Amino acid sequence: MKILVPVKRVLDYNVKPRVKADGTGVDLANVKMSMNPFDEIAVEEAIRLKEKGVATEIVAVSVGPAKAQETLRTALAMGADRAILVQTDDEAEPLAIAKILKAIADAETPGLVILGKQAIDGDNNQTGQMLAALTGWAQGTFASAVNVEGDHVSVTREVDGGLETVKLKLPAIVTTDLRLNEPRYASLPNIMKAKSKPLDTKAPADYGVDTAPRVKTVKVSEPPVRQAGIKVADVDELVAKLKAMGVHS
Amino acid sequence: MKTLVWVEHDGSAVKDATLAAVTAASKLGEVHLLVAGEGVDGVAKEAAQIAGVGKVHVADSAAFGHNLPENIAPLVADLMGSHDAFVVPATTTGKNIAPRVAALLDVMQISEILSVEGPKTFTRPIYAGNAIATVESSDAKLVLTVRGTAFEKAAATGGSGAIEAVSAGGDAGISSFVGAEIAKQDRPELTSAKIIVSGGRALGSSEKYQEVIVPLADKLGAALGASRAAVDAGYVPNDYQVGQTGKIVAPEVYFAIGISGAIQHLAGMKDSKTIVAINKDEDAPIFQVADLGLVADLFSAVPELTGKI
Repeated sequence: MKILVPVKRVLDYNVKPRVKADGTGVDLANVKMSMNPFDEIAVEEAIRLKEKGVATEIVAVSVGPAKAQETLRTALAMGADRAILVQTDDEAEPLAIAKILKAIADAETPGLVILGKQAIDGDNNQTGQMLAALTGWAQGTFASAVNVEGDHVSVTREVDGGLETVKLKLPAIVTTDLRLNEPRYASLPNIMKAKSKPLDTKAPADYGVDTAPRVKTVKVSEPPVRQAGIKVADVDELVAKLKAMGVHS
Repeated sequence: MKTLVWVEHDGSAVKDATLAAVTAASKLGEVHLLVAGEGVDGVAKEAAQIAGVGKVHVADSAAFGHNLPENIAPLVADLMGSHDAFVVPATTTGKNIAPRVAALLDVMQISEILSVEGPKTFTRPIYAGNAIATVESSDAKLVLTVRGTAFEKAAATGGSGAIEAVSAGGDAGISSFVGAEIAKQDRPELTSAKIIVSGGRALGSSEKYQEVIVPLADKLGAALGASRAAVDAGYVPNDYQVGQTGKIVAPEVYFAIGISGAIQHLAGMKDSKTIVAINKDEDAPIFQVADLGLVADLFSAVPELTGKI
């Protein structure tokens, strides 16, 4: 089967985001950008399924600016076979991205689409579920284990309180949680090889999708700052402070 | 405006997260509830008593037994014909269902709202809580998930909603529930606990977590938490994880023990009323948000604290 893996270029997770002084957003000029960590896990899972002989081809997709090519090259260097960049300078919302992915899924007919559970910039946690709705396929979100068995996939999900397992008819949508796997690093020879792998560039209009935002960002502000606390000298002082606050057994 | 609130329950009782979602929904207009599941008469009766609730729609069917979104989303989309907003607690169950509903309705969801600023204007955290966005929807209908720690809980009693059965929907036949492993805990639930004691990588082992963290939590009647590092290292199960990718908590007191305070962890606990940090590294970022910090070796300081508190 073919596996489709959507990936997103986001602010690197180690970078502390800075809110722009004019309140229009987070400053992304001259900061390190990387593949969304959950998407790395999605790419890794697709590669493992290919290594097991379950998958035959892995197609990485990104919706974003021209620079999202770098993110797709990373996916290709990890082991994806080819890539599609749907280029737009609009900040496409999950619903628009899901519509584009639906059109790509119609054309590519994958057996599985594996996405990250959320992107660490918007923190929306929506795209996979929305794509599942639009395709009418089953969804296995927050996956910590994925096993393809014939025409079904069983997905163990991280839920509040523990784990649950669901069995989904293929084709299906899976979104990855952190503990699904440990993504591999691309080796230098593979990074070189990735440069010659096919990368198609498309536009949202090619799929008939309007990326105009439905939700307008009125402003972006700094979160409330916590007041500086104090350092206590020893456990006795800590106990005294806690008791003064009413914390005791 | 008529809102429909998804009632999260475990088959026998309404979960607390629902009560915060009811408060958020009541800021928008008339509150209706949806109880979906199998054998949920008791849950529906409990839900009808939540203060301020109007109608309680009850969808009782085997198809809704395990919150499978493939079966529930079409049911909700159908009910949304007569409602203007679908409001869901931002739990794993809520996050699984709500976007599927939003796409069926062709609307953008607004995730994890922190406040209601106007009929279609909300605030929500982005970038792991490092920025707060004020956003305005232009869609005809709203789909919202609600961060439980950002809203007061509606009173669980005092209401008198009218219970009405819903017959719509069934089994889409594309997914089934196989089983669950739910961690048993005789302590307060992490997301609603008043006190949380969390341990990090510095503990070094599962045994040390049991030996150092658990007695303090026992003494305080606290819930147990952990950083991602402690979960990844296998010291505790993953549902203990507090942070951007784990649970978002805001207790009265949060003890961060042997936790450095990476931004992903802070995203999950920095709205706690009081943060207490114990770490031997005086430069650990956790001290920048801690109200009370103690620079000390946790293996001696925490047992001493447990003994003296």
